[in-house]
Amino acid sequence: MKVVILGCGRVGSTIATTMSREGHEVTIIDQNPDSFRRLGADFSGTKILGNGIDEDTLRRAQVDKADAFVATTNGDNRNIMSVQMAKVRFNVPKVVARIYDPNRAYAYAELGIDTICTTCVGAGLMRDMILGNEFGAVQDYLCSGLDSVIEEGDHA
Amino acid sequence: MHKRGPMYVIVVGAGKVGYYLAKALIQEGHEVLVLEKDRKTVESLRDELGELIAYGDGCEIRTMSEVGMGRANVVVAVTGDDEDNLVICQMAKRKFGVPRTIARVNDPKNEELFRELGIDQTVSSTRIIFNLLEQQIETGQVIPLAALKKGEIEVVEANVTSGSSVAGLKIGQIDLPPNTLIISVIRDDHAMIPHSDTKLREGDSVIAMIKADREKELRAVFE
Repeated sequence: MKVVILGCGRVGSTIATTMSREGHEVTIIDQNPDSFRRLGADFSGTKILGNGIDEDTLRRAQVDKADAFVATTNGDNRNIMSVQMAKVRFNVPKVVARIYDPNRAYAYAELGIDTICTTCVGAGLMRDMILGNEFGAVQDYLCSGLDSVIEEGDHA
Repeated sequence: MHKRGPMYVIVVGAGKVGYYLAKALIQEGHEVLVLEKDRKTVESLRDELGELIAYGDGCEIRTMSEVGMGRANVVVAVTGDDEDNLVICQMAKRKFGVPRTIARVNDPKNEELFRELGIDQTVSSTRIIFNLLEQQIETGQVIPLAALKKGEIEVVEANVTSGSSVAGLKIGQIDLPPNTLIISVIRDDHAMIPHSDTKLREGDSVIAMIKADREKELRAVFE
């Protein structure tokens, strides 16, 4: 498939390198040219230098022809905005955003955006590892339910 | 809606726009809360704004409920980052049911996207300045006064100058572009409601409502 990845940090570069290795057509966007050094030597995709919440950059990366768009910058809001841009302006069928803040991840999941909250997934896996539990499925670690806990604990 | 009565307005971002906006709203008697995530900025405004400024991230649900987002009439997001302004307004609307959200937009291309994503109103200073510059360059005899319906319809002022081909003509005789409505003729500082027999004179200002894409044709008529 043709996949466009925003953010060439640790997560973005890892997805880019592995998917490129598997034969997918990968385009990766970052605004810092140094970050492309994280890509594996055998990365055969396209690198685009630019701001991922600028429509012109996404157009240069041919997001309009992509099957999937993944946002992995370290800014939750940048990721949220860019996936919505990819979805609404460029009609990308599959968009995924990495979001650190569990509440925001849950709120946007409710709005129909696929979000991976690495905070919840990481914390859940570590808890199970500490307790010696069997690992669950990914869905068990996503942020559902957490939101209601916080709302109940709200200050009157 | 809340045309006249006091509103509870939450302003997110205490930069220059947020600061002056808050001051203006306070002066008008509205209940205002400014939310700012930079502690230094909050401290520097503490003496002046007192309890009306709070330290916190306007994208955090916890902060939002602490400042009473649920009873806000309007949320205005004026931080310097479009992505933050988008998320603030979306969360305010979807999570807290705030009836009206206004976002500042730096990249004018984002105005359309934000509206598609449910933000009620957007303000782009880039766009406003650009439009002003365009007016300076483009206006001959036709000056845009206001835009209605997302810019589809314009209210314009057309001046009847000495060489103008409409000077001396009755309004009924002028070959106006389609969908043009002459609202008023201003002569010697008096606004008149014109009829088809009203004869235009040099020095008159004609206020008309037109479809935005007819502006050039109207200009040609008044040349």
